[in-house]
Amino acid sequence: MTEDLRPLTAGSVDADVETLSQADIDIGVHRILEPDGTYDRAAIPDLSDDALCDLYRWMVLQRVVDERATKLQRRGRLGTYASGRGQEASIVGSGFAIDDADRVFPYGREAGTLLIHGLSLRDLLLYWRGIEDASKMEGTNAFGVAISIGSHIPVAAGTAWGMKLNGDDAIAFANLGDGATSTGAFHEGINFAGVIDAPAVFFTQNNQYAISLSFDGQTAADTVAQKALGYGLDAIRVDGNDVLAVYEAVTAARERALAGDPVLVEAVTYRRAAHTTSDDPNRYRDEEEVEDWAQRDPLERYREFLKSEGLYEDIDEDEVRDEVDEMFDEAVDAADDFAEREVSEIFEYLHAETPPELHRQLEEFEELLERRPDMYDYIEQRPKG
Amino acid sequence: MQATIVEAINDAMHEEMGNDDRTLVFGEDVAESGGVFRATEGLQDEFGGERVLDTPLSEIGIVGAAIGLATYGFRPIAEIQFSGFLPPAFDQLVTNASRIRWRTRGELTAPMTVRTPYGAGVRALEHHSESLEAAYAHVPGLKVAVPSTPHDAKGMLISAVRDPDPVLFMEPKHVYRSFRGEVPEGTYTEPLGKAAVRAEGEDVTVVAWGAMMHKTREAVDALDDVDVELIDLRSISPLDRETVVESVKKTGRCVVVHEAPKTGGFAGELIATINDEALMYLEAPVERVTGFDVPVPLLAMEDFYIPQPPRIEEAIRETVTY
Ligand SMILES: Cc1ncc(C[n+]2csc(CCOP(=O)(O)OP(=O)(O)O)c2C)c(N)n1
Repeated sequence: MTEDLRPLTAGSVDADVETLSQADIDIGVHRILEPDGTYDRAAIPDLSDDALCDLYRWMVLQRVVDERATKLQRRGRLGTYASGRGQEASIVGSGFAIDDADRVFPYGREAGTLLIHGLSLRDLLLYWRGIEDASKMEGTNAFGVAISIGSHIPVAAGTAWGMKLNGDDAIAFANLGDGATSTGAFHEGINFAGVIDAPAVFFTQNNQYAISLSFDGQTAADTVAQKALGYGLDAIRVDGNDVLAVYEAVTAARERALAGDPVLVEAVTYRRAAHTTSDDPNRYRDEEEVEDWAQRDPLERYREFLKSEGLYEDIDEDEVRDEVDEMFDEAVDAADDFAEREVSEIFEYLHAETPPELHRQLEEFEELLERRPDMYDYIEQRPKG
Repeated sequence: MQATIVEAINDAMHEEMGNDDRTLVFGEDVAESGGVFRATEGLQDEFGGERVLDTPLSEIGIVGAAIGLATYGFRPIAEIQFSGFLPPAFDQLVTNASRIRWRTRGELTAPMTVRTPYGAGVRALEHHSESLEAAYAHVPGLKVAVPSTPHDAKGMLISAVRDPDPVLFMEPKHVYRSFRGEVPEGTYTEPLGKAAVRAEGEDVTVVAWGAMMHKTREAVDALDDVDVELIDLRSISPLDRETVVESVKKTGRCVVVHEAPKTGGFAGELIATINDEALMYLEAPVERVTGFDVPVPLLAMEDFYIPQPPRIEEAIRETVTY
């Protein structure tokens, strides 16, 4: 009898089995300003002239900050820096669409979003200098930067859950890259958010690369948006170099999220700079591709729009740049003035009440530093990489 | 030839991929760009895209796939870009890799190597500096190797790839390029589970591994009036108890240096081993110089966290004059 449990032959099927594939879903890209500069006036989001001009100013700010921070790093005055060059429309359009009450979960490339929501430029620099105080995110409603890619996504779902329980009029807004959508944390996080009807928006900047890996190596999915659909979340795919479209997409997503339907927004854009200041993009992509995307520059596209609307006259581009430069200079000075580091701060904040063993470790270390002041020289002289 | 640690590691993979076509190398950014530390440079050119692959940003996928490949007859070498991103995959190491031989009574085995740069001192971002070797060594069935020289890096990596069981190969990135050492051409192995005596001495045994070997060497060089027996542990698991115990029996004193936090760190295990097997030979309590029980500070303060030579010197002196 036991032998009979085995099938004798593996038969072939002769039936019509329908196979679904990604090609069966048509995912369009939401766009307002065409790359060639044309647009439909009726589609322009309802923003005041001042707000329309502010969007531009913030994009200039993002660009100048990226340029200056990169230079600062090259002079050895920041540890490392991740530039958002090319992604200004995604960073600023999304940052503009969310509310100060929303909780932002950053991942590191979106300086503008954090600056719009209250982070000081000084603290941005302190963060990249590796100074813990900046992780307080003072003045903002932001969680710490998720250096472990994807690690913040389930946390954003949990915070959104809390917002719902509290009846808050706010959402959790998680920023992430396309690479992050390959992590387990992403999949568990968005699935969870879907099930608990979390007021959350997962804003993915698909900048085509995760360090050296291009999007088609990252996933067999055609779009990030489709991944959300798989978990029952709604999705919007938007031209990430069109600041008005991003603004509108995130505004719409936010509204849906507030009503209990989490949304993933995929902003299709391009990282024109290196991954960080420690990366050499020439190893994995050609200049032609970068040039090609430079043609779709978000600032230029939007400038043309402002000109056609007769709004650009209100903006003095040089003055905006000068202002940002000045702010940046002041922020560098303020960062330089930031209080001398104390070794005790290594031991602080880990526990609500520092346990005796940690006190002991600090005391021993302070005694050692007194006995061996050459520790400071040793640390001072160590080559800084 | 003279090579840095990272060049030696690269050379080891070139050798083993050439020796055995079941060997695959994969991980984030390893193929096209040659790895963020250039450890896998040139491998894809030489062995092609079927055997040297860039993976998605997916640590669980990378380690889990290595287990699947290994149990199916391949010899995967998986890279986790920084050891700080291994925790999501810890589940795969614990749940599958480390126990598959035991679970299947020897029917399935996972001869795989997970390479990962670890440790502080390169001014990196948060999560890039941790040193969690004790946590991995605590997993039964998982070997944990930490070379400190170019020679060992190559020989031990080849041993790891050939090992019939899973090996976590932790590379001291702080000294990846800081010096060159003699590395023989061609294939050779250095055993796993065997410590190396770097200097023979009578006064005190000092045990270290990885990047701390070099800080410790600096400290020892500064103490020219102390005759130190310097042991490079090289493998955290399996542990070479004998070399450590025999040395302590000879010197009667011991200092253990590691970069990981003190509590639950591997020094604790070494001290317990010495207590078990050489207690009556001790003339002083065994000292440990370690990181503190805190996360590694961001780069502005990380140098204070790392056990620097003056701290190590003081501990050795205290032990010798106890
Ligand atoms: C869990 C984890 N694995 C690996 C890394 C190393 N790493 C840092 S950024 C990055 C790529 C991130 O790509 P993406 O999410 O697309 O964001 P982008 O940098 O392109 O903006 C990688 C692999 C990391 N920080 N965290």
